[in-house]
Amino acid sequence: MAGAFTPAEELVRLDQVSVRLDGREVLRSVSLVIGPGEFIGLIGPNGAGKTTIIRAILGLVPISRGSLVIEGGTRRRRDRSFGYVPQKLVIDPDAPLRVRDVVSLGLDGHRLGFPLPSRARRELIRETLASVGADRYADARIGELSGGEQQRVLIAHALIARPRLLLLDEPLANLDLRSEQSVVSLLARLVREQRISVLISAHDMNPLVPVMDRIVYVAGGRAASGRAEEVVRSDVLTELYGHHVDVIRVHDRILVVASPGVEEHTTTQPAELSVIGRAGA
Amino acid sequence: MGWLSLLASLPSNEAVRTAVLVGGIAAATSSAVGVFAVIRGQSFAGHALADLAATGGSGAFLLGVNQFWGFVAVAVGAAGFMEAAGVERRRGRDVATGIVQGAGLGLAALFLYLAAQTTTRTGATFTVLFGSMFTIDPSGIPPLLGAGSVALSTILVLSRVLLLSALSPELATVRGVPVRAVSISYLIVLAMSVALSAVAIGAVLSTALLVGPAATALRVARGPIQAMAAAVAIAVGATWLGIVLAYVSYAWPPLGHGWPVSFFVVTLVVLPYALTHMFRRPRPRALSTAQSSASVPQP
Repeated sequence: MAGAFTPAEELVRLDQVSVRLDGREVLRSVSLVIGPGEFIGLIGPNGAGKTTIIRAILGLVPISRGSLVIEGGTRRRRDRSFGYVPQKLVIDPDAPLRVRDVVSLGLDGHRLGFPLPSRARRELIRETLASVGADRYADARIGELSGGEQQRVLIAHALIARPRLLLLDEPLANLDLRSEQSVVSLLARLVREQRISVLISAHDMNPLVPVMDRIVYVAGGRAASGRAEEVVRSDVLTELYGHHVDVIRVHDRILVVASPGVEEHTTTQPAELSVIGRAGA
Repeated sequence: MGWLSLLASLPSNEAVRTAVLVGGIAAATSSAVGVFAVIRGQSFAGHALADLAATGGSGAFLLGVNQFWGFVAVAVGAAGFMEAAGVERRRGRDVATGIVQGAGLGLAALFLYLAAQTTTRTGATFTVLFGSMFTIDPSGIPPLLGAGSVALSTILVLSRVLLLSALSPELATVRGVPVRAVSISYLIVLAMSVALSAVAIGAVLSTALLVGPAATALRVARGPIQAMAAAVAIAVGATWLGIVLAYVSYAWPPLGHGWPVSFFVVTLVVLPYALTHMFRRPRPRALSTAQSSASVPQP
């Protein structure tokens, strides 16, 4: 995985990063490089450490060992060049926040005072909403939208600040199949047309397999990365999980299955491991 | 004296002018702050602060200090305590606040009883709990106006970061917003606006100006700025009209005893809310399902 980009081009480099939360080591020696224009899937069962990797890159959790270099060390603040799409919003459906207000907050929601309304600002918001296919509901309240629609709006919120890297935490969770496909193809288009890098976490890799450049497979706080066919193999994942798992391909779907009667390890939960690539939710 | 001639004497009345000024600033501040209380899911905190303000107000009355300072001191102190106790822990919060609220009102009962025993001024209980805009001492106006302007301008300056952190505290943190500091500032502003409303319509009723106009505004306005403008208009309108009605009510039965101004204000705040429920705005639910299919981007 290393060596594809010069250090100056790299957006993020994690070297042997470990993270401790409440005295428990939730990430162990995770290494990962994100280059420009890459579509990377962060795959693994619930509780594996996917969210912690995203939070570490965003600076929301401190790392206990290893090194994390942002944009070749040229930048210390990541607020503008990294766009973040949280898993879901917990906002009141009655909150007076329209889709256009949410996107506007992506532009300068961290500033004090009021934004002056201007034609350029309105046009930028409209263009950004159009680029994610959400311009039709610009005047709807954010709380009135479905999960898939909210994801699009949150992507627009992140995009309007023109980030170089988009980090998405389980954006496909709780989406129906159609919304899932449309969000994935939207992200693939952004990577292709705007040269934005995408790091997306998911517990099911299948919707992402056709569009991912690389996969980072996380289990029990450790990660293996590479092209899907290099990583999603019985020997690699068995090493990662610390017990035998089979990789089964049926009807173009990849299932990662724990072997029955496997000795239980403290770091993983067999119940969640048994079938990772479930069909649907 | 008929109510028409009373109405004619209204502009020249000193007490009415004070009430219009203090009531106006209290209403504008509380309703603007209240919109954010509803957006941030903190109207419960506002209600708890209002009950505790009663303790401060009655304590101040017992000590012979201006009640406003009692309201402010206890409400701001309680807001600091609530933040330190961790407002995010929802389950413990309700129980703990309930106990503190009860203890606060118990103390208020003691203070008001002692005050009634030791002073000759009657009606203290009523003034602290239910307010009386017509009895505000004009010398107390400058601190009220000052507190109102500070709270109102803080809300305007923080409006964007408040909205962003309500949308998602993590998003705000990633963008460099000091979410904790913003949250503490907001609670202090909330406490100040509760104290202002406590002076105007009483500690117990001050949530009415905080949550009522905001709740109505959320039903009629779609954007945040529009909602704030609507809430302020409803609150100030209700307060001023309430003052006029209370003044004119001296001509109503029982003659010579005006009706309490707080009654009119709260009624006029609740009325538009009830109206918005009668003429329910249909939620554009259908929009979601109908349009998501059309908006699938072509790969």
